[in-house]
Amino acid sequence: MKTNKVWLIRAATSAMIAILLLAGSPGVKASDQPSAQATAVKIDNFSFGPQTLTVPVGATVTWTNRDDIPHTAVSTEGAFKSKVMDTDEKFSYTFTKAGTYPYYCTIHPKMTGQVVVQ
Amino acid sequence: MTDKKPGLIDQTLQDLNNDGIDRRGFLKCMAWAGTGLVWTLSGGIPVSRAFAKNIGKHSGKEDFSFVQISDSHMGFNKPANPDVVATLQAAVNKINALPNQPDFLLHTGDISHLSRPEQFDNVDQILRSAGAKDVFFVPGEHDVLDDNGKQFLERYGKNAQGAGWYSFDHKGVHFIGLVNVMNLKAGGLGSLGGEQLEWMEKDVKHLKHSTPIVVFAHIPLWSVYPEWGWGTDDSAQALAYLKKFGSVTVLNGHIHQTMQKVEGRVTFHTAMSTAFPQPQPGKADSPGPMKVPAEQLRSLLGITDVNYVRGQHSLAVVDSSLG
Repeated sequence: MKTNKVWLIRAATSAMIAILLLAGSPGVKASDQPSAQATAVKIDNFSFGPQTLTVPVGATVTWTNRDDIPHTAVSTEGAFKSKVMDTDEKFSYTFTKAGTYPYYCTIHPKMTGQVVVQ
Repeated sequence: MTDKKPGLIDQTLQDLNNDGIDRRGFLKCMAWAGTGLVWTLSGGIPVSRAFAKNIGKHSGKEDFSFVQISDSHMGFNKPANPDVVATLQAAVNKINALPNQPDFLLHTGDISHLSRPEQFDNVDQILRSAGAKDVFFVPGEHDVLDDNGKQFLERYGKNAQGAGWYSFDHKGVHFIGLVNVMNLKAGGLGSLGGEQLEWMEKDVKHLKHSTPIVVFAHIPLWSVYPEWGWGTDDSAQALAYLKKFGSVTVLNGHIHQTMQKVEGRVTFHTAMSTAFPQPQPGKADSPGPMKVPAEQLRSLLGITDVNYVRGQHSLAVVDSSLG
């Protein structure tokens, strides 16, 4: 029984070391999985979802149009301007400066959203 | 086949009920304004007849008709209508079968779905099979994508100013084509803009009050349903310039269904699309393409025939569906 305990502790320690090493390696970043989801805007039913998206400085936001009608995403301050996105088409923009970026669909101007970069 | 089903007539009367007009009041309005769906004027008395028998052959040589089509969305291919080419061709066939051939066609925009050259080309080609050789266009928001309306102007704006507005006279009637789909502001509606409004004021300033006026633009120039962007921010100014005229007819598209409103001497009318229907205001989450059973689609698409009879107070506006 003593041997089993020692074996268990050794195994656990090796596993922990392995995990720590993996975490530090360039292939796997701790921040990878959550931010990939948090930088997406889904366009559907004449709306941007989420309407307010908060991202860190340097993040790339991707708009994907899932509606059956084309839309655009255009910054009201001139920061970015997508071409028209038909169904399943995308547009990406990388936010290098902090701030609040209101935008809208120029085809259906009642559709508005904002990206908060902090 | 050409009569609208009772359900749709009731629906439209329902819409007009929002103005506080009941069925009896509606008939009085129609008699006075000279507009109707399958109602037309015959000696000032509104009469409901099958479309093909409605308008008699024009007697005077100054009488004429024109047809409005709208929202062909060439390039659209989703379930609401997988074949917008066929339905546009059906609309042209319907026009060619009218008892009075139109002198010209008006297209109130969303000619293309994505402003692609081949989409504009396709519509031009199909319209060439119409008897009427002259077609006047105003752009929809789908026609000015990515290039700020450059293509639209090159193709259809030869005699136009600014973003594509213009006017012309035909047999004593003054036609004004307006553009209200450019430079739309976030959260806003359609927009005419100061430059266009200034041009319009000058354009109508010296016309006699008795000149019948027809204004055509893509987005409705009256407040149909602002929540869905169905209105124009600065149309009140444009309409103020037309206050002096005895007969004003405003023809719009954009909403893909017929709707009418009479306000003083101004008759507002929106046309069906030749591509796909959209829901009635507030009856869906959003104003997108409305899927209906395949056999019902053509009953919700159509053309608008407008007849001018010299001496009559107003133009007779008659919608008919494709099937």
